[in-house]
This record gives sequence, structure tokens and C-alpha cells, in this order.
Amino acid sequence: MTWFEKIIPSRIKTERRTRSVPEGLWMKCTACDAVLYRAELERNLHVCPKCSHHMRIGGRERLEYFLDEESWEELAAEIEPEDPLRFRDSKRYRDRLVQAQKSTEEKDALIVMAGKLKGLEVVAGAFEFRFLGGSMGSVVGERFVRAVDYCLAHRTPLICFSASGGARMQEALYSLLQMAKTSAALSRLAAAGLPYISVLTDPTTGGVSASFAMLGDVNIGEPKALIGFAGPRVIQQTVRETLPEGFQRSEFLLDHGAIDMILDRRDMRDRIAGLLYMFMGKPAPEMVGLKETEV
Amino acid sequence: MSFLEFEQPIAELEAKIDELKFVSSDAEVNIGEEIARLRAKSRVLTTSIFANLTPWQITQLARHPQRPYTLDYLSTIFTDFQELHGDRMYADDWAIIGGPARLDGRPVMVIGQQKGRDTKERVRRNYGMPKPEGYRKAKRLMELAERFKLPLVTLIDTPGAYPGVGSEERGQSEAIARNLFVMSSLKIPIVSVVIGEGGSGGALAIGVCDRLVMLQYSVYSVITPEGCASILWKSADKKELAAEAMGMTADRLAKLGLVDEVLREPLGGAHRDPQAMADALKTSILKHLDTLTAMTPEALLQARHDRIRGFGVYSGG
Repeated sequence: MTWFEKIIPSRIKTERRTRSVPEGLWMKCTACDAVLYRAELERNLHVCPKCSHHMRIGGRERLEYFLDEESWEELAAEIEPEDPLRFRDSKRYRDRLVQAQKSTEEKDALIVMAGKLKGLEVVAGAFEFRFLGGSMGSVVGERFVRAVDYCLAHRTPLICFSASGGARMQEALYSLLQMAKTSAALSRLAAAGLPYISVLTDPTTGGVSASFAMLGDVNIGEPKALIGFAGPRVIQQTVRETLPEGFQRSEFLLDHGAIDMILDRRDMRDRIAGLLYMFMGKPAPEMVGLKETEV
Repeated sequence: MSFLEFEQPIAELEAKIDELKFVSSDAEVNIGEEIARLRAKSRVLTTSIFANLTPWQITQLARHPQRPYTLDYLSTIFTDFQELHGDRMYADDWAIIGGPARLDGRPVMVIGQQKGRDTKERVRRNYGMPKPEGYRKAKRLMELAERFKLPLVTLIDTPGAYPGVGSEERGQSEAIARNLFVMSSLKIPIVSVVIGEGGSGGALAIGVCDRLVMLQYSVYSVITPEGCASILWKSADKKELAAEAMGMTADRLAKLGLVDEVLREPLGGAHRDPQAMADALKTSILKHLDTLTAMTPEALLQARHDRIRGFGVYSGG
């Protein structure tokens, strides 16, 4: 306590104290600063009930919401990362991996599951952005391709929710080649006449946006998600001028024809199911009398 | 000849040789022997310096301002080249060039990034950094090649795809992604050669192939050493460390099994003897095309998909 604080009357001190919220119970909306009850926010799929800001959501949580309850089975969970280059910067890549695995309880940044979407067999993948920025290395590429293989074997559509900073530098050229690997797999899926829906969430940039995330038969953005090839900082350094308002946000991409639509997270199940039922030549979900499994 | 920093001892010797040549032309003294002695010394010195290059020094060679570019190989290796322009949608991108040409008499499609030689041309070619229209032109030419069954030869030499406002507005990501998608199923043989810098997605967007060849002093990586250093080490000055860590040189990548052939360069690098380099490259491309054109399109595609499927190192499953 400084001498100045000591002489302030205690009443004023009380007022100055920051109102801390108990860890975990309450959360602040990152956009409108509204204090939100965590359980309610989770029920609302991490969309702020006050301003509809779409906060980032974990990959596993997203899939469990997106697929019909208790219908899912994780694919390729046994695929785990290696460190072929023994990469080391200020920290060893191996240590970074262990740390990320501990804090996220995931083995790598992409989770893929086979399951049902309103009764329709699908495969869905989602990124865990907290795992090294959702970066794509060999495991992400391999899991993505296994998801495609599963789709081909079972003739199911594929949905992928991206949230990634791009290729994982610590796997160097291996990670770059995952762009070719995932895109090549999608060309096999397309040749087999199976649909692929790509949902781009905040943020989707670099090697992920420049490969499978932009290759959807339908590309969907979440509101205000940052989507682009180069990061805004890199572009700023290159062009040395201020970037236009709303640059590289979903709305900007929709304006420029890069994505088909922007969907509220809470509408994803209905809208994507609607699309896939049509693409798969099935009657509308309601007509087959499926029980809604809304959250 | 311009020399890089680590070549300074060679530069000094070469300067001495030039001086002596100048002296000998107006004096009657016979110093031919001395020149020959110095030349031999220069060769020995170059050999020893080039025997132990660091990945960063190799990166500098890959970016050498006198290094042969795509157009140089087009004039030395190929004949009858006719450049085709434009993506039919927006513009013509001068950072990527392409068109049909003949290689030893047989028609092929050639696509490559092109850097400029002087300031004016460098600007016009955007330092070899393509925009979406460049990748879409490349895609158009690839599909053209497929229609007429011309094997595809791509020459890679770019720091990366251009990061700018216009590039983002016109869908740089989609343009690159679409090329990866299309190339993986193109029913013609594809031979890609990294002739200088293989910079990230901007390079890969014309580099999905059946055979990947790298020149000895070319590099291929997910990000430039400067970019990697500024992100992971928080300082672009650590570029030497980043170049080392990423294993981006031809020999290192060959050891990792990611490159099919590394072509040795003339002593001192490709720019010291461009004709010799071009001859070696021509022999290599022809050899690979011979193997690939002997395959049925189905076998070729299956092999390409298997090859791409195999990229990556992981455990389990």
C-alpha cells in the first residue's frame, strides 16, 4: 500500500476495489462487458445473451452440442503428435505439446467424431483453438483425412468447424504439406458425390483458411469471425496503411463473395441439417418425424 | 558477379584476379601464371566455404539477385514457349507466368513464379509474390494442360503469396486452396522444381506434384526464417536459428523423405554457371516425365493420392 492509499478514507478505498468475480461462476462478455452467469452462457452456446457476441468455444463442446445427444463416437483419437524435427525455439516443441495437452485435455488441435445430425449420419470435426492456436500439424491433417475416409466408407457428409491460426511452424514443411493432404482428401470426397460443409469460426487464418476451410461445398461463417489468409498485423506491416473497417470479418467475406452465409451458432444444427438433407436427397427432417434434440 | 557477405574472401580474390588482368593488358609482363594460381586458389576457397554452408547462408543463395529465374530456364531448357496471360476474371498477375512450350520436342505446360531483375521489373512482378489472380491464371493453365494432355512442369520461386488488402478481398485463401484441390486430381503428370525460394502456401499452390525436385541451394518452408523468428523468438534477428530449426534446405528435406531429387549446383551456386544448371535440370525433368508418362492416368492419380496421403509424422493408428 502506498502512502497515498493509506491516507484515503476507507470508504473510498472500498469503492475503488475492483469487483472481482469468483473464478468460474461468472464471466464477462468479451464484447459488451456484460457480466454473465457461466451456466447460462454455456446453455446459450457461449453466445452473449445481451449482445449476441459469439465467444470462442472449445472443439469438443461444440461437437457435443452440434451432434445429436449421445450419438457420437470419436474417430482417430489414437493419432498423437510427434516431433520429427526436434524443434526448439525459446522452448522445446515437445514441452509445448505436453503443456497444451495438459491445459486442454486434448491430444492435438482437431477433434473428429462420427455421429448423427437430426438423425442423419455425419462426420464432424472441430478445432480446439486453445491447443497451440489451433495450428495444423501432422495430427490435424491425418485426423482430417481419416474423417474423409470414414465419410467415403459410410457415404456420409462431412462438416468441419475451423478455428486456427494456420500451419504449425514447429512441424515446418510437414505442416505445410497438410494443406495439400487435406485438400486432396476433399477432392476424393467431391468425386464420390458427398457434401462437405465448412464452418469458419473466429479465427480462421493462414494454412487452414488456404486449404480445407475455404473448400466447402457451402462455406459458412460465424458472426464477426476473423477469416483471412494473412493476419491483419502482417498486412498492416506490408501495406503500411490502416485497414478498412470490418476488414477480414465474416461480413466482409460475405460481401466479397467468399462465403455463402453467416449463421448464428444457435441456428447451425437446423440450417446445416436442412442443407444436408437436401444434398443427400432426403425428405426434410421434420417430415421423417425425427425427434428434435435441441439443447 | 555480386557476392554475399559470407563470400567476401572469394570476392577479394576475384577482385585481385580482375586487377591483374587489367595490368597484363597494358604491361608486357607475363602474369598468366599468377592469374592461374589465384584462380585455383579461388576455386579451393569457394569449395571449402560452400562445403559448410549454414541453412541461413543457403537461404541467401536461394534469394541471390543473380540466381536464374523461371524465364531464364524457359529460354535455356525449353523451346517454342508462348506465354498465356490472365485469369479471365480480374487481371493478369506478372508474378506468375505460364504457357505451353516444348521440352526436347515434346509439348508441356510450364508455370512458374517470376521475380524481377531490376527495380522496375521487381515492382511489376511484385517480388515474385502472386495475388489471387495469379493462382487463378495458374489453375486455368493447369486445366488447359489437362484437356490437351500436356504434362505440367512448375518452377517454384516465391517468398510467399502476397499479403495485401486486395489479395484478401479477392480471396487469396480460396485461390490457393482451390489449386491444391485441383492439382491433386489433375490427370496429367506433374513435376515441380523449387529453383529458389519455396515460400509457404504461395509456393505449394503450384507445387502439388508427382515428383518434387529441389536445386541444391533452394529452400522450401512453411514460413520465411524472418517470419518464424519474429513469431517464435519474438525477434527477426534470430532468423539464422529459425532457418536451422525448420530444416528448410534441399538436403535436409531429402533426408526427411520429402523431396525426390536434389540437383547439385555448379560451384558457387546456379548463378555462377546458369547453362550447366539448366542442362542438369533439363535432364532431370525429362527423366521424371519419362517415368510418369509411362503410367496410366489411373495409376498416376492413385500414386499421387498415396504420396500426398503419406505426408506427416505422428504416432498411433
